[in-house]
Amino acid sequence: MLSVEDLGVEFGGVVALAGVSFTVRPGTITSLIGPNGAGKTTAFNAITGYLRPGRGRVTYDGAPLGGRRPFEIARRGVVRTFQKTSVFPTLSVRDNVLIGLHLRGTAGVLAVLRGGRRIGDEERRLADEAARIVAFVGLAHRVDEIASGLPYGEQRLVELAVALAARPRMLLLDEPAAGMTGAEKERLTALIRRIRGEDVTVFLVEHDMRVVMGISDTVIVLNGGRVIAEGAPAAIQAHPEVIRAYLGSSGAPA
Amino acid sequence: MRRLGLGALALLLLTAPVWLASPYHLHVLIMAGIFAILALSLNLLLGYTGQLSLGHAAFFGIGAYTSALLALKAGWSFWPALGAAAALSGAAGWGIGRLALKLRGAYFVLVTISFAGVISLVSVNWMELTNGPLGLPGVPPPDLGPWALRTKGAYYYLVLAAAALAYGVCHRLVHSRIGRAFLALRENEPLAESVGVDVTHYLVLAAVVSAALAGVAGSLYAHYTRFVSPEVFLFSYTVTMVIMVVAGGKGTLAGPVVGALLFTVLPEALREAVSWQWQMLAYGVLLLALLFFLPRGIVPAVARAMRPARTVGVRSRSAPGARGEPE
Repeated sequence: MLSVEDLGVEFGGVVALAGVSFTVRPGTITSLIGPNGAGKTTAFNAITGYLRPGRGRVTYDGAPLGGRRPFEIARRGVVRTFQKTSVFPTLSVRDNVLIGLHLRGTAGVLAVLRGGRRIGDEERRLADEAARIVAFVGLAHRVDEIASGLPYGEQRLVELAVALAARPRMLLLDEPAAGMTGAEKERLTALIRRIRGEDVTVFLVEHDMRVVMGISDTVIVLNGGRVIAEGAPAAIQAHPEVIRAYLGSSGAPA
Repeated sequence: MRRLGLGALALLLLTAPVWLASPYHLHVLIMAGIFAILALSLNLLLGYTGQLSLGHAAFFGIGAYTSALLALKAGWSFWPALGAAAALSGAAGWGIGRLALKLRGAYFVLVTISFAGVISLVSVNWMELTNGPLGLPGVPPPDLGPWALRTKGAYYYLVLAAAALAYGVCHRLVHSRIGRAFLALRENEPLAESVGVDVTHYLVLAAVVSAALAGVAGSLYAHYTRFVSPEVFLFSYTVTMVIMVVAGGKGTLAGPVVGALLFTVLPEALREAVSWQWQMLAYGVLLLALLFFLPRGIVPAVARAMRPARTVGVRSRSAPGARGEPE
């Protein structure tokens, strides 16, 4: 379980998060929504170690994540993606995923320099695993192509594959559907469900209300750096404060 | 086909002392081998982690001085001195890596330049140890069992073996999870961290291996020329290494080797072909033409030309537009 208590972040006097508390229950798909500037990405950054919060506590399965660097948090099974498309641009899709598999390899520098069968076996195992993950996100036909040359929607799937390769127990997705076509969004939704089916807790920031309301077990609404509502999608859509602060102000996109 | 080509290349390199008539040509090849090690080492940092070290001559010089001083003042034989040169240069690389942990791009470049500057000043001014600008003459040639490798032919094979070893080290590293971590650092650092790559660890590791290899080259140079002076720290050595890596193809294994061969042989060939007034000009024009027509380097261009034509999908990168929150 991810637990966030009284998380506060300021940027030069501007309050981005004013004491936010929530939990993400294991095995759920939980969405964090809110108007632009509500602090969603800031919350993600603070949870995953990309930003040091001014106050508050983040724990995952009882262990504090505060003050840890992103790669240490990833090693605890909390892996994120980024709002802006983020791949290893000049490398092939396969190599992107192979980097994602970093933690599943064990070879140290001396073993690598000595070479030998164990290294070869490990490389083959990683290559098989990479192929499996690439196929899982539906990019098997793109495996040898350079990531930055792919259409935007497919680059987002590469990101997802890279994150999955790190074998997350909790996956934080920052606007995974942004820039996707309608068909791509449907495929993404199905993928996220399958990921949850493999015992990965999914926590996402998303603007597309159809996606959010379609797959979430719980929705948390941020506004002005505070949690204003939390509950099942149906309850959130009917929540008066949410409608006033968010849905109403942007023409009820739900 | 590929295997045949490699076999031919190996044969060519192994028999060079036989068919190269003049010792001068062999000398050029030996220098090319030493520079190949340097370029390979720089390429680990520049080509794979994406960090430009403009103080690389410092690691070369530390290796040269360590090896020369241990041989001259402590009476060490070549092999342990070579090991010590690699170790001390590697340690310096570790220091630079630690210092530059949080520094990238221009700041990393500045740290490496300053480091080379400081080391160079030490070599000029620490008279008791380094004999200052006068340098250290009389570095003994290496010995192999009962034989002293005094001839150019013997030294050629020593350098060839060292260059092959350096190539092997880079090859193994690059084709492993360690090499992929280097690439991840070059390509997208935040993303690398998000999947558990400790990027600073790998930057330090790359710096250590790179510096140690440069130290090996320095030791080979010292025992070959038998003379070490503060000249080994010259910035122009670093520039030459960068040119070799970039022109050959940074981030490729063969690139630095091709670059080292070309840019060691080329100035010598120009010296024979054109009068001295035009040498540097011709060199400059050739370099510019190379970078203009093959911006990614010789090796990637050749690799692409040799690959069977493959339809490459249209590079569509539709902008996501400005959505979401400000960072």
